[in-house]
Amino acid sequence: MAVLEILVYPDERLKQVATPVENFDRELRDFVADLEDTMRSGPACVGLAATQVGNPLRIAIVDVSIKPRIRSHGRILLINPEITAWEGHIVGREGCMSVPDYTGNVIRAESITLETFDLSGEKKLYRLEGFEARAVQHEIDHLDGMLFLDRLVSRRNDLFRRKNYK
Amino acid sequence: MNNWFMLTVVGKDRPGIVAHVTSALFDGGCNLGEASMMRLGGNFTIMLMVKHKGNTKSLLEMLSSVTASLDLHAHIDRIEGELHRHVEPDVRITVFGADRAGIVAKVTGALAEAGLNILNLESDVGGSENQPIYIMHIEGCATEGIESLQSALDVVIKEGIEAKLTPVETLIG
Repeated sequence: MAVLEILVYPDERLKQVATPVENFDRELRDFVADLEDTMRSGPACVGLAATQVGNPLRIAIVDVSIKPRIRSHGRILLINPEITAWEGHIVGREGCMSVPDYTGNVIRAESITLETFDLSGEKKLYRLEGFEARAVQHEIDHLDGMLFLDRLVSRRNDLFRRKNYK
Repeated sequence: MNNWFMLTVVGKDRPGIVAHVTSALFDGGCNLGEASMMRLGGNFTIMLMVKHKGNTKSLLEMLSSVTASLDLHAHIDRIEGELHRHVEPDVRITVFGADRAGIVAKVTGALAEAGLNILNLESDVGGSENQPIYIMHIEGCATEGIESLQSALDVVIKEGIEAKLTPVETLIG
């Protein structure tokens, strides 16, 4: 059990696309424990991807239960996660442990269907919405070498201004 | 010694203002901090943090040929440059309706009394010339809680202004 060092942008390793987990072994369980310790060491942190601690595998953890008034499945383990369905889209504010002192608005799907695997290699299915769905999308982005900075939208675009359309 | 200044620039909008102003500053050895630049009613406006080795006068001189050629008004204040200390908003308020005198004063007055600290405010006048509509976005901190702001806003809404308050939950992941 250990708190790992978190990589900070512009570290190039944050841009690597992570590779699938193949061995559901002791090493995986130990790493997930360390990743969870690291996530919980950040007071407001609701998710952390292996990419952020320099591990190039498709692993992340999400837990939004520390936020009051938000629907939560508790800790969700993401191993080789896939989003198989998206619905709606919504603007929300995001920040990142790998991008200190900056937050910005990002558009995400409002609800998603998630396929992932647990530590024993068994497939799990989740229907997620709102803040929790947003957290999962943010972490899967890390596994694809993307940061929320890649998806920023202007604050001024919250309510679109239009010319006259005739 | 490096000092921080707030540079304010206003002029009739035209292409190239940002490029020319920032090139002059770069050539003069300045560093830039945070900025807000936008077109407001046909004018281009810049509020820009500038780090400069000299004083207000030398900074104005550095910009004099650009401001003269693009017909810009520049103003400079010495400031404390606080970078890396962002305050996160926890509430967003959108107000819109038929444009009429006093909307901003009424809404922000009620919200200030209920503990709102505004971090960012942007407003536009849209619609047509005959029927202008006013749209305002505010992001800020609810220092006395969201409920307090909502109660204050409910009073304003009863008076016929459309306003919506949304808590901002910033996701850190």
